[in-house]
Amino acid sequence: MENSMTKANKYLCVIISMFIYVTLLSMPHTTVAFSDQVIQRGATGDDVIELQARLQYIGFYRGEIDGVFGWGTYWAVRNYQSEFGMEVTGLAGEKTKAVLEKSTQYDKEWVHRMIREGRKFTYYGGTPLEIQQGPKGSRDTSQGQAAKQGKSPEAGGEQAQKQPQGGETQRQPEQPPEQQQQPEQQQPEQPPEQQQQPQQSPEQQQPEQAPPPAEQQASPEQPEPEPEEEIPVPEEEEPEATDDTGVQGALNVPEGFTENDIRIMAQAVYGEARGEPYVGQVAIAAVILNRLQSPTFPNTVSGVIFEPRAFTAVADGQIWMEPNETARKAVLDAINGQDPSGNALYYFNPDTATSGWIWTRPQIKRIGKHIFCK
Amino acid sequence: MVRSVIIGILAVALIGTGVWGYREHQEKNAILINAENNYQRAFHELTYNIDLLHDELGASLAMNSKDRLSPSLAEVWRITSAAQNDLGQLPLALMPFSKTEEYLYKIGNFSYRNAIRDLDNDPLTEEEYDALKQLYEQSGEIQAELRKVQSMVLQDHLRWMDVEMTLASEDEPLNNAIVNGFQIIDEKVGGFAEVSFGAENAELATNDEQIAENLKGKSINEQEALQKAKAFLDLKNTDGATVTESGEGLAYQAYSLSIPDEKHGTDIVMDITKKGGHPVWMLNEREIDVQKISLNEAFENAKAFLERNNFENMQLVDSKQYDNIGVFHFAGLLDNVRVYSDSVVVEVALDQGDVIGYEGFAYLANHEEREQVKPKLSRKKAEEYLNPNLEVMEHHLAMINNQLEEEVLCHEFYGVINDDTFRIFINAENGAEERVEKLANAEPVYRNEE
Repeated sequence: MENSMTKANKYLCVIISMFIYVTLLSMPHTTVAFSDQVIQRGATGDDVIELQARLQYIGFYRGEIDGVFGWGTYWAVRNYQSEFGMEVTGLAGEKTKAVLEKSTQYDKEWVHRMIREGRKFTYYGGTPLEIQQGPKGSRDTSQGQAAKQGKSPEAGGEQAQKQPQGGETQRQPEQPPEQQQQPEQQQPEQPPEQQQQPQQSPEQQQPEQAPPPAEQQASPEQPEPEPEEEIPVPEEEEPEATDDTGVQGALNVPEGFTENDIRIMAQAVYGEARGEPYVGQVAIAAVILNRLQSPTFPNTVSGVIFEPRAFTAVADGQIWMEPNETARKAVLDAINGQDPSGNALYYFNPDTATSGWIWTRPQIKRIGKHIFCK
Repeated sequence: MVRSVIIGILAVALIGTGVWGYREHQEKNAILINAENNYQRAFHELTYNIDLLHDELGASLAMNSKDRLSPSLAEVWRITSAAQNDLGQLPLALMPFSKTEEYLYKIGNFSYRNAIRDLDNDPLTEEEYDALKQLYEQSGEIQAELRKVQSMVLQDHLRWMDVEMTLASEDEPLNNAIVNGFQIIDEKVGGFAEVSFGAENAELATNDEQIAENLKGKSINEQEALQKAKAFLDLKNTDGATVTESGEGLAYQAYSLSIPDEKHGTDIVMDITKKGGHPVWMLNEREIDVQKISLNEAFENAKAFLERNNFENMQLVDSKQYDNIGVFHFAGLLDNVRVYSDSVVVEVALDQGDVIGYEGFAYLANHEEREQVKPKLSRKKAEEYLNPNLEVMEHHLAMINNQLEEEVLCHEFYGVINDDTFRIFINAENGAEERVEKLANAEPVYRNEE
């Protein structure tokens, strides 16, 4: 009996602390917040998505929210910093992020869902979100204006209507009453709209449905939970990790190359040198680029790769295999300037080379199975 | 009875195999003819383009009016590019035909430079006119030889597929009418008197030749190279490292080092020049985990790495994150002027924050003691040369190589037109727009339905 009493006490404690935690969560400036990194131009990831969304919310950023800190975002940050009387650095540091968090709203779940579903969308404050979203997959198919999107009535407009403007603002008052009933129904079935705002009330949900942002769990202003409460924490982080990170709307590409150029080069490198050490693969990508520069070879990536008899992997069709991540990384390294081959234009495998002519070229070095030469 | 049934079955099988074999044969032939046709098309287009080139060069010689000369030279440039493209489609990759390709490139380069230049204020010099004449004659010779090969191909029904077979087989010497014809052309081009293209034409120096020219310091041996590497990478030891020397193909001599990275169980590979012991490039082959540190922290590490290795006055000009790697481009800084030709690239792994890649080709090829320069035009004056639609966001002074491969001091403006960002270099001497670049936006991930 005593045992069950203490258990009940503990249970109550847990519920109360959970409640405090929930109210903390639902306060505007702590809803979803940046991690503590300084965000620099060129960065990618969730923090950049948030940065772009918040800047768009107050009208500084007009581009697409894609999670890549490109030039458009850079100018937006700088304009924002100068407008709000901060030092203009173009870096989203502690102060910039704090001011942004105070002056804007961010509905992480909504924004991430838009990107995951490939919708075209905008995130301007003061405008209902449902008219800012396009239909599923609209980002790839239509290159239309952002302003025109969302006029189409289908595509989950229904869900979004439950989201009043600016994400959380209007919903906050109604949140606490619901939560007060929580003790009686610790694991209730979810009201439908809750599933769209899991970050507001993680404790109401079964662990696998609840993806609260990991950084808040660790935030210092939170009351230190009892040992028991820590148990659900790691479980709750898991779905967050699998579900909401890795949302990516765009990629960085090196100046002058497209992702498809990189892909085709990666295929060539993979077909030619998949068994080779990594440097050997970078060297082969570098040879392709050296030929691009050279006056005696074609001037496009595809021209160089598909030049008849230039690459055995092209001749025997191995180029059409699915390249791995290593080949892609090797290509990126080469495009960024790495050249282990030492400006080579040719390479050959001495065990299988059929042309006598290739042996007459001045050799530079051997990497793995290949000899690189001028 | 049984016998006749068996005979019947065998007969049917035989006929079936025959039909199947015939179909296969037909299909194979169709594909061969298709491939052959592609080669033939490229070849005949090539001869056509060389014809055109010769005519157009002749026409430009006869021209007196300057207004017609520029378009004509532009046409020459276009034709050389088309001819180069045709050459790229012929199976000549393992055959020495490079002199002709280089020759085409030089004609293209020469005509382009003169087509874009203002011939009213700066007419062709006597020397350049002579060069044009020479080019006309030489292209005539190439044209004649190519026509010979072409008529041979047409009359004797020569096939490019046979050229391919000949090149692929190990038989030496190559004996094929087309191959021989092309070899004659290439030898001829090799024997052409060196055309003087005028002072402006930069020679085709490759990167490694520039490095060889610019290297300073005394020669080091293998042990010293290892010591340099140890200091460069801040390693405790270089046990188990292997050192090899570069071959004759590289203009400068270098040691290639492979040093075990004990912490990650992989190898760090790098090249160090023999002369002066300068690291050229470095790569760590290790796998990289998921991102743990921010791009900004990685930048601090990259900066510290450069400072530790005595790179003075380097400024970050571009940073990009590729998944779990941060790539940082630094340019040299000379009294607040960015020197773009003195650039190095540092790669940092975003899991542990260590430097996993370095390359300094441009730095080694170009870095030298420079004199400080003062811009003649002020920033305000230079801005007047900009497109009025451009909203200037950022300004630097910068030293770049312009199209004529000269180092020029420029005002570097970053600006926005609509939603696109541009980088514009205005010559700080005369206000010329030396370079205008549209800076890349991030590329969307194209989703395929999975």
